[in-house]
Amino acid sequence: MPKDHGIGASTKRREDVRFLTGVGNYTDDINIHGQAYVHFLRSDVAHGRITNLDTAAAAAMPGVVRIFTGADFEGVGGLPCGWEVTDKHGQPMKEPAHPVLAQGKVRHVGDPIAAIVADTLEQARNAAEAIEVDIEELPAVVDMKAALADGATLVHDDLSDNLCYDWGFVEENKAAVDAAIANSAHVTTLELVNNRLVANPMEPRVAVGDYARGTGDSTLYTTSQNPHVIRLLMGAFVLGIPEHKLRVVAPDVGGGFGTKIFHYAEEAFCTFAAKAINRAVKWTSSRSEAFMSDCHGRDHVTKIELGLDADNNFTALRCLTYANMGAYLSTFAPSVPTWLHGTLLAGNYKTPLVYTNVKAVFTNTVPVDAYRGAGRPEATYQLERVIDKAAREVGADPVELRRQNFITEFPYQTPVAVVYDTGDYHATMDKMLELIDRDGFAARRSASEAKGKLRGLGINCFIEACGIAPSNLVGQLGARAGLYESATVRVNATGGLVVMTGSHSHGQGHETAFPQVISEMIGIPEEQVEIVHGDTANTPMGMGTYGSRSIAVGGSAMVRATEKIINKTKKIAAHLMEASEADIELKDGQFTVSGTDKSVAWGDVCLAAYVPHNYPLEDIEPGLEETAFYDPSNFTYPAGAYACEVEVDPETGHVKIEKFVSADDFGNVINPMIVEGQVHGGIAQGIGQALLENCVYDDNGQLLSASYMDYTMPRADDLPHMDSYSVDHSCQTPCTHNPLGVKGCGEAGAIGSPPTVINAILDALQSGGHKVDHIDMPATPARVWAAINQAS
Amino acid sequence: MYSFDIERPTSVADAVAALADEDAQALGGGQTLIPTLKQRLAMPSKLVSLSGISEMKGISQAGDSLTIGGGSTHGAVAAGAGAYPALAALAGGIGDPAVRNRGTIGGSLANNDPSACYPAAALGSGATIVTNAREIAADDYFQGMFTTALDEGEIVTAVTFPIPEKAAYVKFEQPASRFALVGVFVAKFADGVRVAVTGASEEGVFRWTEAEAALSADFSADALAGLSLSGDGMIGDLHGTGAYRAHLVAVMTKRAVAAAG
Repeated sequence: MPKDHGIGASTKRREDVRFLTGVGNYTDDINIHGQAYVHFLRSDVAHGRITNLDTAAAAAMPGVVRIFTGADFEGVGGLPCGWEVTDKHGQPMKEPAHPVLAQGKVRHVGDPIAAIVADTLEQARNAAEAIEVDIEELPAVVDMKAALADGATLVHDDLSDNLCYDWGFVEENKAAVDAAIANSAHVTTLELVNNRLVANPMEPRVAVGDYARGTGDSTLYTTSQNPHVIRLLMGAFVLGIPEHKLRVVAPDVGGGFGTKIFHYAEEAFCTFAAKAINRAVKWTSSRSEAFMSDCHGRDHVTKIELGLDADNNFTALRCLTYANMGAYLSTFAPSVPTWLHGTLLAGNYKTPLVYTNVKAVFTNTVPVDAYRGAGRPEATYQLERVIDKAAREVGADPVELRRQNFITEFPYQTPVAVVYDTGDYHATMDKMLELIDRDGFAARRSASEAKGKLRGLGINCFIEACGIAPSNLVGQLGARAGLYESATVRVNATGGLVVMTGSHSHGQGHETAFPQVISEMIGIPEEQVEIVHGDTANTPMGMGTYGSRSIAVGGSAMVRATEKIINKTKKIAAHLMEASEADIELKDGQFTVSGTDKSVAWGDVCLAAYVPHNYPLEDIEPGLEETAFYDPSNFTYPAGAYACEVEVDPETGHVKIEKFVSADDFGNVINPMIVEGQVHGGIAQGIGQALLENCVYDDNGQLLSASYMDYTMPRADDLPHMDSYSVDHSCQTPCTHNPLGVKGCGEAGAIGSPPTVINAILDALQSGGHKVDHIDMPATPARVWAAINQAS
Repeated sequence: MYSFDIERPTSVADAVAALADEDAQALGGGQTLIPTLKQRLAMPSKLVSLSGISEMKGISQAGDSLTIGGGSTHGAVAAGAGAYPALAALAGGIGDPAVRNRGTIGGSLANNDPSACYPAAALGSGATIVTNAREIAADDYFQGMFTTALDEGEIVTAVTFPIPEKAAYVKFEQPASRFALVGVFVAKFADGVRVAVTGASEEGVFRWTEAEAALSADFSADALAGLSLSGDGMIGDLHGTGAYRAHLVAVMTKRAVAAAG
């Protein structure tokens, strides 16, 4: 019988009550008395010099409080980058200035030129139209390879070229990889594009800056996944406000998917302007603004070569990737194509030699940074696509080719730095094959063919590095911050708990899952535990939520703090029952003395801590509040095997997903329902990338997919019906180095599904006699039809 | 949006009078105009809402023709045009419920978006566009992308559709907007077949006369074998080349004939 509380129970999400009944408290719900509104005048050209910027007429418009331009930010810091990559020659990456408002030059459509603060938003927009701005257009740098050609226009005049870094990994293995590829019995080569995406969280970004003249304190309310990081970056590097005079609050946040990790110009602007005009300043992004100011994701162009010996063992892997940074370096952009990508290229396989060269390129496009999976989807996609192609070329079964190359012994030292602690890739493969009913596929294909459709089955295996940490490792890799997590557990006098976590929930369900862990540890109802997050004023310094790290790192910090609480309560209980501390047991909210019938309730012990009339004051302090910072010794390595079946209409190129199954190994699972929801959502986004979503610029750097009229978000009817999904997480090899044995589940769906879908489409086309070896994402009807036509 | 005045006349005559003002613009269901205003892409001094004019609403049948008030919403047509099932089905497939509860047939035909569904129905049926001033045959009404025979201030008050023996509309949706990437309306009348195509051409909705001739001789999908259109002059964009659209016209026509039975 399934558990009804604690670890492993599918407790209903308590936060959904407020989210689904319209009583959440999102940043746009925060209105401060007397607040003004800001509208940003944004560049409508991709690249140019500002030759004239006259705000005088606009400043005289009704309701205008003040107009800010780049000149107001001279002497103010630019937006910092949080990760420094060292190139293959040992040189640091190029790190151009990233001004809050444009300084002399605009570098992408959407680059903010001026900020108009007015009594109302409409007044600010009206005034924006009265600003005189002349821009001398420069050639737009859009294509990455053209950006690196001799004589290319420079995105940043002070740099020697548009190459941010040229990274080799593992550089020492390059010669050996080249030799192994040259000596392989077979080499499969594939060139592919990992399409640029726009995250599109349901809630657009919002920032409200406030300033208290009486105390000199600044407050920023913002749609962020990591308020402490924003406070540190904005306070220390941009505005010069010490942390004790700056509070950052990220209240209910309606989805992030990575794009709300980063520190954005609008946040710094609102904080700065509130102090400058001594009045709160609010900005709410429109959806159109979001397309040209939220960081985009992915955008890699890759060539991958896989060597095989005569027995189909993988001998070596060699990759070359061009990674688009956009016009400026966003907060964690440099890490995505390097340490979050190169270290994953071993995948689930014992390929002995791996080398990748990544060229990060500046272009006149919106900055690109982490998006759900961040680097790991790009690694998985190229690897799993080339393996499928290799299977076809050498006439191997795609399942068996993968199986024979699986890593089977753990811990496993990969040739790309990381060490996998646990896994069982055959187990997830077995489960996936059972769920997809591979044996019945031939009959289903025949049924599709009878309708004039082509049916394909695609599979994929993947590995992630999640629980992003540990600090000493990421520090060596260029991170400019630690990646621990924190928790303060405060027990109230009557036994209820508040957990103040440095993790941040923007839809994941922490408010439900974290109390399940405490309930399990102490044996009190989940309802007695409250989770507080998102406010630097009442949570310990934490690094926030991304990289499937909340339960693995933040949850572990909470466990450590709770263990301290339990240790202290046992001392109190021992005193109250006049027993030895070593004999005290805690179960179901009761302290007992082993071998006796003595007991004292959890609540009575807590009360004693705050009303210490009968209390060992000589040994321990009163009160019950403990903090722990947890810094793990390794990443976690969730892995999975996915499969899907598609039906392709060869007349139109339309692809319909008929069935999708996932077999994930997340280690231990706290709340199965929440985990399944995370996988469902990740798969929806992965299918979105594979079939629908594409962020497209034209040669002039104009964003063509700038609204939902042209940018295709997945909708319910683009996805298979719930009856055709199986989301399994029964294969569990617990993580060996965190106290919960958890691995993280937030990104798996988005990582595992894109190659699964493309492999299935190609299998379908091949079955119809169309010799199509590759199709780039998104596999839109037009692209699939064109591929069929070109092949026949 | 910029500020504007709004009038809500209750008769066609009052609406026409209100539209005589310079920079006044008619507002039907607002499914195109309101987003345009929100993006500050239009600056009318006055909007004249047509949604309170009861004489522009309602569906009535007279013999073999069906007359639909210009102010009828897509939802009302979907529910009330049962005498012309292909038309009702087309209306029921426009946008989503929110769009169908606001958008109107008159507004759609006046706007003549090259990817809209209704122009295919009107042209494919040989409908008559009735305005406050005159009656215009569909063949004369559509004059290219976003262009019609309407004069300034002229209002589509009703549309009269002859009811064919058989008809069907099949569209292939543009994945993002769900407008018609290509939509084909096929209608078989006693005196011949009409085939109207929306979404595909840079000139807006058009009749595919070769297909009409073939289908008039033999109303079957097989009759279309070998017929094709050139991609020249077809819309090419993120979602498909002109050649792809031309190909889809043939596929959708075949499917529409099959669906018409």
